[in-house]
Amino acid sequence: MNGLLVLPVVIPLITATLALLFRKSSAMQRWIGVAGMAVLLVSVAMLFRDVYGDGIQVLQLGTWEAPFGITLVADMLSMLMLGISAVMGLIIAIYSIYDIDKQREQFGYYPLLHILLMGVNGSFLTGDIFNLYVWFEVMLIASFILLALGNSRNQLQGALKYVIINLFSSLIFLFGVALLYGMTGTLNMADLALRLPEVENVGLVTTVAMIFLVSFGIKAAIFPLFFWLPASYHTPPVAISAIFGGLLTKVGVYALIRVFTLLFTQDVGYTHTILIWVAGFTMVTGVLGAASHYEFRKILSFHIVSQIGYMIMGLAFNTALGLMGAIFYVLHNILAKTNLFLISGIAQRLMGTFELKQMGGLYRHYPFLAALFLISAFALAGFPPLSGFWAKLTLVKAGLSLGEYVITAVAILVGLLTLFSMTKIWMTAFWAAVPEKGVPDHFGKMPLFGAGNLYIMVVPVMIVAGLIILVGLFAQPLLEICLTAAEQLLDPSVYIEAVMGPQ
Amino acid sequence: MQSLILHTTTRMMIGVLVLFSLFLFFRGHDEPGGGFIGGLVGAGAFTLYAIAFGTAATRKILRIHPITLIAIGLASLVISGLIPMFMGDPFLTGKWLFLELGGSEVKLSTPLIFDIGVYLCVVGFIVAVIFSLEEEPLTF
Repeated sequence: MNGLLVLPVVIPLITATLALLFRKSSAMQRWIGVAGMAVLLVSVAMLFRDVYGDGIQVLQLGTWEAPFGITLVADMLSMLMLGISAVMGLIIAIYSIYDIDKQREQFGYYPLLHILLMGVNGSFLTGDIFNLYVWFEVMLIASFILLALGNSRNQLQGALKYVIINLFSSLIFLFGVALLYGMTGTLNMADLALRLPEVENVGLVTTVAMIFLVSFGIKAAIFPLFFWLPASYHTPPVAISAIFGGLLTKVGVYALIRVFTLLFTQDVGYTHTILIWVAGFTMVTGVLGAASHYEFRKILSFHIVSQIGYMIMGLAFNTALGLMGAIFYVLHNILAKTNLFLISGIAQRLMGTFELKQMGGLYRHYPFLAALFLISAFALAGFPPLSGFWAKLTLVKAGLSLGEYVITAVAILVGLLTLFSMTKIWMTAFWAAVPEKGVPDHFGKMPLFGAGNLYIMVVPVMIVAGLIILVGLFAQPLLEICLTAAEQLLDPSVYIEAVMGPQ
Repeated sequence: MQSLILHTTTRMMIGVLVLFSLFLFFRGHDEPGGGFIGGLVGAGAFTLYAIAFGTAATRKILRIHPITLIAIGLASLVISGLIPMFMGDPFLTGKWLFLELGGSEVKLSTPLIFDIGVYLCVVGFIVAVIFSLEEEPLTF
């Protein structure tokens, strides 16, 4: 039993409650937001120390023993995801101070942001499949409101698509959970892992696996279920886009990794072959979609899709190296992707638009911003020595060692195409001449630091860019932790024993 | 709404409804009932009042802003979960206190605090929704 396990869920709830109580004062809400995220980060770090030192940590909520009560489990994968979500939460909380307007603040932006994070953290921690559904709902309901908050026309259009497809996905998830319960009589994931191999009707288990693939696939935005993502993620304020683009799809990926390593390993030949195909198509369609667009955030949204493919690819390999690559890729991608979204927000503040064709001259007037963009974009494309290089290298190595040459070739090619669309942004927004009309008066005059308080947006971007470089330069320790996580995933007996006691 | 019948019955009913909601709430201790259904009935009382006398009058008798009610409710939920943690047990473990009051046994517990939280959240949420449907422009 480790009481710390509940903190990543309870701290955001407390923060949200406090923000709700002080909803009249924007200043209080902002400080509560930043402080809450900082405390969350500290609590996650403490929990990480325990998991790193003593292995998987378990907490039976309300002292109801597994498999009857709700179990919280923290293995290395959960911890890495929690860690990155806490870092991103803090970054977004700071960035929001400048980015989120007064009206959204008054309508509960901060409480919702923390509730969103509570849902995300809960999903990473829970050891109960139905409880996972509940956390997904917590997360989704908060995200629905965050997406629609502000009521602009295209926001509502985007939100509608997002809401309908995600509710549909939750419904499918619920069907899958019901079928699992019908087959095994339990919802605890460790208990399920014990009982699923005993189910005689293997075909039915595989069917349920596919139901989960569709449901989590919608949330993770894999091919061919991704279309809602580019249709909605470019509509809300940048801080919201960034946390959605960075974290939410990765929760879907986390759920896929969890169920396809712990629960559905009966018919790997069938399920994981499908995963490989899905991964390949996701990478290619995402990157092609990005190539065809000229709106800053739409390009980034399509890249989310494309990058998800890499993670699914690592999962589909189902080897220690593959999973290690997938987990490392998730971490790297959250950093790089969130940062690109945040930079797009600064660029929009300066140029007054997200349309690349109406942008230009950022390199000339804001070379520092250009450097920050370059770091994140090159990391995303996989340039050494940045984080993306190690992520891709690991995955390529995993692919080659398995003899999966086609998918590996696709992965490398998609990396090149990613570079192409990053160069597109670079060539237009940063390198092209300043457009003759439509540029706001403050362009070129508003400094990144100093008057205008733009630094509130720039500093978080700098921190994340610093993290990207750090992860790139000192990849080895993090890769080793990812390997531990992958090994824990490949040997579910440790997880099962931690939850259910010695068998 | 200007209706003598509605005004008169509402004045008579609101107290009964609030009492009934509290009855349902405490009954939920061992029998069907509890925070959620009690909260629904309580919210029904205030909704009825809002239909009869308008939202401004309802805000006055409610005294606390509905969103604040939600916040207090959430705080109670958290507190009921945290109390056992200070006693060395996992989050949300039920803790009970049995008191002898005037010859009958009174059972106080953390689930009770939790249920109060649910009650407040439900009342606050529904009344907030009703208010924002009735009022223009929106106030949070």
